[in-house]
Amino acid sequence: MTAVTAPAALPPLEDPGLFTRGRWAVSDTLTITRRNLLVWMRVPAYIVFTVIQPVMFTLMFRYVFGGAIQVPGVPGGYVNFLIPGIIAQTAAFATFGTAIALAQELKKGVIDRLKSMPMSRSAVLAGRLVADTARMTVTILIVLGVGYAVGFRFQNGAAPAVLMVVLAIVFGVAICLIAAFTGLAIGDEESVQAFGLIWLFPLTFLSSAFVPISSMPGWLQAFANNQPVTYVVDTMRALALGGPIQASLLKSLAWIVGIFIVFAPLAVRAYKRAG
Amino acid sequence: MTQIGAVPASSGPAILVEGLTKSFGDVHALRGIDLSVPRGTVLGVLGPNGAGKTTAVRILTTLLQPDGGQALVEGRDVVREAAAVRRLIGLSGQSAAIQEELTGRENLEIIGRLYHLAWPDARRRATELLEQFDLTEAADRAAKNYSGGMQRRLDLAASLVGRPRVLFLDEPTTGLDPRSRLGMWDIIRSLVAGGTTLLLTTQYLDEADELADEIVVIDHGLVIAAGTSEELKGRVGGDVLEFTVPDRSRLSDAVAAIASIGEGEPHADKETGVVSVGVGGRGSEALVEAVRRLDAAGAETRGLALRRPSLDDVFLALTGHAAEEDEQPNGRRRGRRKGGKKDPAQVSS
Repeated sequence: MTAVTAPAALPPLEDPGLFTRGRWAVSDTLTITRRNLLVWMRVPAYIVFTVIQPVMFTLMFRYVFGGAIQVPGVPGGYVNFLIPGIIAQTAAFATFGTAIALAQELKKGVIDRLKSMPMSRSAVLAGRLVADTARMTVTILIVLGVGYAVGFRFQNGAAPAVLMVVLAIVFGVAICLIAAFTGLAIGDEESVQAFGLIWLFPLTFLSSAFVPISSMPGWLQAFANNQPVTYVVDTMRALALGGPIQASLLKSLAWIVGIFIVFAPLAVRAYKRAG
Repeated sequence: MTQIGAVPASSGPAILVEGLTKSFGDVHALRGIDLSVPRGTVLGVLGPNGAGKTTAVRILTTLLQPDGGQALVEGRDVVREAAAVRRLIGLSGQSAAIQEELTGRENLEIIGRLYHLAWPDARRRATELLEQFDLTEAADRAAKNYSGGMQRRLDLAASLVGRPRVLFLDEPTTGLDPRSRLGMWDIIRSLVAGGTTLLLTTQYLDEADELADEIVVIDHGLVIAAGTSEELKGRVGGDVLEFTVPDRSRLSDAVAAIASIGEGEPHADKETGVVSVGVGGRGSEALVEAVRRLDAAGAETRGLALRRPSLDDVFLALTGHAAEEDEQPNGRRRGRRKGGKKDPAQVSS
């Protein structure tokens, strides 16, 4: 075993300057992104959650429940109604991974280690978001592919179809911020997972994602009609299939912007305090 | 060399702490501690769980802001010049802060990239460290398949990627089996031989004894003693008489029998049945007396002997309780530290 000689290759201690710090912020974010994606590909459970689960949901609703659900006036029938909903739900559920991964890193001391290093302070969160957005995009495209295989067809042209996917991703990133905040604030994997189920399950299922809201009891309609997942799903459906879009689009964007404004600072603050 | 920071390499201690305080709500984790660690030396910070060791390390490594006092690492203020401090230090915490899904090599390469080494340099540094820490064979296996000792070695290697001048090891052997522990000690000794300044926290007295040039004992957020291991042992004054009572029900009888021959109260460990008492300079006299009295009391004992005081005895003399008996809240949320309590090395020495 050779002894370590300490100071030789030490970088200078002066402030590296704005330009260098900016460059480091980008390269550090990419390094963390790469690391997170590598981890994701190595853990079979993550693949199951992000790929197999949404695919099973798609098949189940298409072939098991779908036959019993009436969607009058939807061109192409239930499968066309379903796929935008499933994609929105997939985007929302993908954020479980964000919360769990951050909680794990916190608990294991990985975040402590990274914070004690001269790397960019923003890169851990930024890299997490970039990696999870990439992961979410892959998942969405897979679900879309499965949707196509089981009969889904865009009815409204290519540009709105692309916009639908973009909206789903932007919505997912907003939920990611909430998940990042909860993951860092709670800091325990199992609690984070349980907490995620408590709010994400009702939010996605008590919406227009899987069934027409008009089929729900009145008291439930009041909630389902006025919550963000419904707005986002209605907008995505209008983009995919055509039909009136303006009202739901504006409400979706308002919610998404609102979530960014509230939860981006909260997540950053939770990261700074974490440990 | 003078261009590396404003502080010339020879002036001042590597770590200087004055009047450091930190509270978490009602828990006063640090109540004004002072430390000074000369360059190239090892300071052992010794104390039970919850004494404030980890809080001190977290402040010195810029992870936590102190409430009061000052802390300098290589002359840099850990609050005002945190970014500079981060370029000077390495940290290895109580659990292995590695990404278990990645290989050892990937872990180190990524850390190297985050120290802004170019890819080829990050690769070279990883290879170098893997070799140094005897992980070359396991380099391309996922770290989750490593043994506990290997994971800790990888974690330590990760803390060295940036070639730190000052290294902080927070309980580096907690939870390790005795063999891995000895291996870790060898590694730590070789680091110190290379000139790195080291601050090491531990609950294990033998560890501080083995590795540290200077030891400070922290209890309830205060430094209650400081000095070399020999100086601290001198505090106990003279020899220690020790024996084991195999029949635990006779433990109190045995303690009563020898109560008046020691210089202080005898200490009895109910779990192991080990009784110890400081006997000052009257070693052999006390030994004979003890044999007679224990015999008269009819208490069967084993391994009755005189020995030089260990740091355990010092800790007992200073705090009135053994190092591993304390159960204070720790002021932090991580909960992974119970593992080390049954470590056999703690009972020995």
